[in-house]
Amino acid sequence: MSAPPALDLDVTLRQGAFDLVAQVTAGRGLTVLFGQSGSGKSTLIDLVAGLKRPDRGRIAVDGVPLVHTAAGLWLPPHRRRVGYVFQEARLLPHLTVRQNLLYGRWFARRHVTAEAPTLDSVTDLLGIGPLLGRRPAGLSGGEKARVALGRALLAAPRILLMDEPLAALDEARKAEILPYLERLRDHAGLPILYVTHAVAEVARLATTVVMVDQGRVRAVGAPGTLWSRPDLMDLTGGAEAGSLLDAVVGGRTADGLFHLDTAAGRILVPHLPPHLTSGARTRLRIPARDVLLSDRAPQGLSALNILPGIVADVRDDADGSRVVRLECVGAPVLARVTRTSADALSITPGQPLWAIVKAVALDQGS
Amino acid sequence: MNDFGFGPDEVAAIHLSLKVAIWATLASLPPGIAVALALARGRFWGRDLLNGVVHLPLILPPVVTGYALLLLMGRQGWVGKPLASIGIVFAFNWTGAALAAGVMGFPLMVRAIRLSIEAVDTRLEQAAGTLGAPPLWVFATVTLPLMLPGVLAGAVLAFAKALGEFGATITFVSNIPGRTQTLSGAIYAYTQSPGGDAGALRLVAVSVVLSLMALLLSEALARSVSRRISGVA
Repeated sequence: MSAPPALDLDVTLRQGAFDLVAQVTAGRGLTVLFGQSGSGKSTLIDLVAGLKRPDRGRIAVDGVPLVHTAAGLWLPPHRRRVGYVFQEARLLPHLTVRQNLLYGRWFARRHVTAEAPTLDSVTDLLGIGPLLGRRPAGLSGGEKARVALGRALLAAPRILLMDEPLAALDEARKAEILPYLERLRDHAGLPILYVTHAVAEVARLATTVVMVDQGRVRAVGAPGTLWSRPDLMDLTGGAEAGSLLDAVVGGRTADGLFHLDTAAGRILVPHLPPHLTSGARTRLRIPARDVLLSDRAPQGLSALNILPGIVADVRDDADGSRVVRLECVGAPVLARVTRTSADALSITPGQPLWAIVKAVALDQGS
Repeated sequence: MNDFGFGPDEVAAIHLSLKVAIWATLASLPPGIAVALALARGRFWGRDLLNGVVHLPLILPPVVTGYALLLLMGRQGWVGKPLASIGIVFAFNWTGAALAAGVMGFPLMVRAIRLSIEAVDTRLEQAAGTLGAPPLWVFATVTLPLMLPGVLAGAVLAFAKALGEFGATITFVSNIPGRTQTLSGAIYAYTQSPGGDAGALRLVAVSVVLSLMALLLSEALARSVSRRISGVA
């Protein structure tokens, strides 16, 4: 018998003019619900938590039914054992950090197993030991986010729900939280449902992506696959458009550059975060605006990474530029060029071109 | 107390006033919180009507409220008669004075508590729910502590109102020295009798001191509670 999916959801909900019809099955690891604001992704997570009630449908977590409207089943939030990390942290202001962390512990006492996280292991994991005696009002945004995460973990949940937990934080605070989320995804074995509209978070965290658009699920799959699909460009495009490439860390060149092997070819980077040793897997993000195109093999350029490919698709973007999708060996690379340049190169599908990659965002462990 | 030259009736009036005000405040708290919750959070038919009834003692002449209490809770009243048969008597008793004082202070108490409930962020209650806390537990550990400043403010207002209540009390339970005569009643009695000025002045001084102490205490309490809740300390 195979293990039940971490999340099995099939619901409909009408809220005023907004209409949500969604079917989602998520496995282990971190599943990102990706979409624009108002797409319904936060509503989905609220349905799982029991903060909203579907008109019809069923929701099961780890094989345990939470909602089944046909059978008249609707568990209230406090009996669902979901760990919800809210965007605004929502720490209880009259309690200390320690009391906040242990708030859900009493109710979870029957579910606390030997492997379940303890106050000590959670404070260690999140680096919040020194904060235990303080009150939420005195904490920074990043500290609040970590305490909120710890509080959810200590309630021994079946699934962790995170609603844009980083959206209110600046870049430095995000960089402070991301490693903890990676550790959680890789070591805790706890399924995570994560709402975001930030491509950088998808690149760095997602095992699977569920694309949500106007109350419907548009696509489900691995990030690299979805970000190369032209029919999803209206969601994956925009200012942040780019390609996501899975990579394996290779050796070093004589000059000390690092190899990263991707399906699109070998990428060279000047430095790597220390935890990425030879053989490690990571994911690269190549922003489309950081890719130049050339119609002949470029010579005498300072760029490290030049990938040959065939034009697969050209489409106009809203801001007057064009996004060109280049099939490079086995993976697509997106490039954003002005209409003028596209016309000068007379870019058409089937044409061979060279992609000059100016910058690679190596989101993992930055 | 007799060092200050208080007569036995005056001491009795001071004792009775404190007893009446304390009981009126304590007994109004549970229904006050319940009604404030219903008005702030409830969605039911007749909510505006309830709101109106609660506020009636604030706008009616106190004599009218006292007379209504007499009709309802008196020995022959609709509610008073069955209660009297099981030994609970309000009429011409200090408990009646406490009831009148409580009723008169009730709208003030409910108003203060209701405002503090409306200021509680319901998203915090939701968060506590997702952590496994059942609704009653959420109320006790999140809602109640966060609305505590309003509860304190409401209790002090009701206490102050009870200390000073006169019209409804004298209408409902009369002004019997040693039984239903509170500070206000005693002062009134002194002002109606020749040579009562000294006694009236003594009790006025006591009344001012008591009210001032209640006010200062409530300010201090509210400050420490709100400091604890806002979490700066």
